[in-house]
Amino acid sequence: MASFKFNNVYIKDSFTVAGPMEAEGQIHKFDLVMDDYYYQEKTLLDAEIKMQRVVIDNLLYKNKMKGKIDLLIGGDLSNQISITNHNAVNFDIPFLGVYSACASFVEGAIIAANFIDTKRINNAIVITSSHNLNAEKQFRFPIEYGAPRALTTTFTATGSVGIILDREVSKFKLESATVGKPVDYNMADATHMGAVMAPAAAIALKEHLTELNRDINYYDLILTGDLGEIGSKIFKEFIKKNYDLKMKNHIDAGGEIFLSSQEVYSGSSGPVTLPLVLFNKILRTSKYKKILLIATGSLHSKDTTNQKKAIPSIAHVLSLEVMA
Amino acid sequence: MNKDEYKKLVDKLTPKENKKKNAFWAFMIGGLMGAIAEGLVTLILKCFAVSEVEAYQIVCLIIIFIGCLFTALGFFDNWVSKAKAGLIIPTTGFAHSVASATLDYKKDGLITGVGANYFKLAGSVIIYGIISAFIFAIIGVIIHG
Repeated sequence: MASFKFNNVYIKDSFTVAGPMEAEGQIHKFDLVMDDYYYQEKTLLDAEIKMQRVVIDNLLYKNKMKGKIDLLIGGDLSNQISITNHNAVNFDIPFLGVYSACASFVEGAIIAANFIDTKRINNAIVITSSHNLNAEKQFRFPIEYGAPRALTTTFTATGSVGIILDREVSKFKLESATVGKPVDYNMADATHMGAVMAPAAAIALKEHLTELNRDINYYDLILTGDLGEIGSKIFKEFIKKNYDLKMKNHIDAGGEIFLSSQEVYSGSSGPVTLPLVLFNKILRTSKYKKILLIATGSLHSKDTTNQKKAIPSIAHVLSLEVMA
Repeated sequence: MNKDEYKKLVDKLTPKENKKKNAFWAFMIGGLMGAIAEGLVTLILKCFAVSEVEAYQIVCLIIIFIGCLFTALGFFDNWVSKAKAGLIIPTTGFAHSVASATLDYKKDGLITGVGANYFKLAGSVIIYGIISAFIFAIIGVIIHG
């Protein structure tokens, strides 16, 4: 069992850098928007490193916390999470790199929250990023190739989000979490990640509710990471058939960033999708008090997909409370 | 729910690609490309004193150059993602695949980047093109002597 409640972990602040296409989508208010994919750098890798650096710089500057952060946790989609590593070296902060694909942000937040709640550290920064063109190069075809895509494909969002977690009381409280189990439902198609990840999300949700003895209606909103339009349908059907669960309010972050005219097929994906929607859309409305985040990750590499191996997927669950 | 039942659920909820529509547009656009190339061949034969074989070679070079140029200018990928096989199967697709891979790896060095990844996508076309040419040449010899 890996569900736990937190007593004193709060989100002190968040900061977002969003890509140019994201800024033309459904969300209009970002902290910062990049003018182009290179972000005044020579390479796309440098651009993504800069995105992360700008996020941390702003968090430190805005909160006057330079030199006062105990731990930095981060992850991204690049091989060996090299982008997060190259960013972390710019700051004199103890660092943990994490990877669970698009669930990396929530994984980082759960680890940091445990450290803080058990008073081993006072505060931490959790960061993630994804860059559409870096992800394309790594997982799919050359960028300028414009390979035709399946209708089930998701589109990696560009952006970076960071948060400061702290023991000091603030508006957003991390209430509880469940660490998900990797699952394998024999899905090997990396162009259909919604189908790969839906069972992981469903199983993690069920575990969370069972272990904390809660009803699904306890939450005002269930926000899944990047299942996409088709993945969401599969997820809903899965929990209905297997657990007889019905969500009263479900949003999939994958459908909340881009407009349908932007041709992103099944929706947005990438580790930044969930925090981007959460901090720039959901939490700005103050419509929901109890929010359950289910971040999902498809744990494949280009080699494992080429060799047609079934893709393991994972989902981590984090419950968030908006204080009155 | 076991894995087989899950596969059925996924298949039920996954939208199907409209193959007939895709094939129609691939045929139209690929055909249009062919027509343009034929037009160029006729034009070259009329304007310059070259043989028919040479004219086809020149047109092939022109199309490859245009494919690479449009890729480098950054809009050919949008055309490919719309026209799909209509632009991938002709020579334009081959040129485009080489140019796009090169652009991706230009920062990774001339040897480890550009050189090693130049034929990333086009390598399959070359290797299987040569193998099938070899096989068909043998068949041709057997049939026609």
